[in-house]
Amino acid sequence: MTAGRPITEEDLHAYVDGALDARRLAEVEAYLSTHADAAHRVAAYAGQRATLRAALAPIAEEPVPDRLNLAHLIEARRHERARSWLSPAGAGPWRSMAAAVALVLVGGVGGWSMHGMTAGRAPMTPVAMLTQEAMDNYRVYAADRTRPVEMSASDQEQLLQWVSQRLDRKVAVPDLSAAGYRFMGGRLVATPHGPGAMFFYDDSAGNRIAMLVRPMKLDGDAPMTEHRKDAVGGVTWANSGLGYSLVADAPPQALHPLADEARRQLRAKI
Amino acid sequence: MAMKDMMLLVEPLIPALRRYARALVKNHATADDLVQDCLERAVSRWHQRRADGDARTWLFTILHNLAVSHIRQNRRRGGHVALDAGIDEAMIARPATQEDALHHADVMRALHTLPEEQRSVLLLVSVEDLTYAEAARVLDIPIGTVMSRLARAREKLSQKMEGTPPYETTKSGATIHRPAFGAGIFRRVK
Repeated sequence: MTAGRPITEEDLHAYVDGALDARRLAEVEAYLSTHADAAHRVAAYAGQRATLRAALAPIAEEPVPDRLNLAHLIEARRHERARSWLSPAGAGPWRSMAAAVALVLVGGVGGWSMHGMTAGRAPMTPVAMLTQEAMDNYRVYAADRTRPVEMSASDQEQLLQWVSQRLDRKVAVPDLSAAGYRFMGGRLVATPHGPGAMFFYDDSAGNRIAMLVRPMKLDGDAPMTEHRKDAVGGVTWANSGLGYSLVADAPPQALHPLADEARRQLRAKI
Repeated sequence: MAMKDMMLLVEPLIPALRRYARALVKNHATADDLVQDCLERAVSRWHQRRADGDARTWLFTILHNLAVSHIRQNRRRGGHVALDAGIDEAMIARPATQEDALHHADVMRALHTLPEEQRSVLLLVSVEDLTYAEAARVLDIPIGTVMSRLARAREKLSQKMEGTPPYETTKSGATIHRPAFGAGIFRRVK
């Protein structure tokens, strides 16, 4: 062998994988012909590789199942886009607010479950829907530095009167100041299930949390569950026909104590 | 038209995507769920794909990330993903001979004792024929890390397979197996 570049471990693997150029291949072969240990090891790796390929080959030869038919998937996507003209690319429409809009068109809860079925997924639970609505509205309004709320904390009484009237239920606002969150005010928001009230809080650093409340036709009493989507966390529960979802740019575990406190106060107030 | 491109570039890759998914997560239905998710994402994000990017690398990246997050979730829930579930019989379907069947079962069992990060490198490089650079892109790691994981995977697989007779590679590149013996094998193969 000439005094070329020394043979490396990497060369041996590249030899096994057929990734060497002709010149290096010749050098590695020359090396292997005089180094029995390395040659033995390389042969074992090559054998592994061949066996692994042979063992897995039948999978790639199976007929592709219907649900992986690409033409059908493209067609389904086209349908969904046509139905929900707002659908943002990338987000599954059933997860997006656009889906909520599309749903109103399709109509009610029946529309949801059918939608879930055509998409090949289980329909969302009422609690998951409420959480989704809370997160969507949180993203829109909590990010608004100019006017996140329609009525501020100073008009709390009128705010509560207004939203209670629109929701047709007595609504109350928990006080989270003990945890460092000041009540900012609230607003009416749209959900596929009618109007909801959203209350906002912030801490001294300007971090915002929000709580959506709306009547629940189903699951009017639900235990607390934690949810998360991207950076937004939520804790959701329902009590006596009203659903609540506390959401923020924080892990749901961190929100849980606040949700506990909110639920405790709300039970006492309503 | 974009969707026509997609049919041309993506459809031929579906069998390989299924193979990779099943080798990673083993369970048939779960593997196809992951491939379906992957394809749905590919359809909805096709226009976001970098024009100069390779469709195969892109799809394997999507699928790999879905599979890994599935494996991690499963682990967090305490589910045992791969190790103890036994070899999926369909995975070793249609071997040419009984000896092949034994060997295939052995190699699959050994494969599933590897940590996920080594298994994925080995599969992408050895089975799916990705270059080291492509594997590095799919896994979002430096090439040096691909090489060291590959080396560890092969070393470990060699040790696991040591109980079975060695392979011999002929000049033509064909692999000759000698029949494997062992009580464990008979329990696995009916």
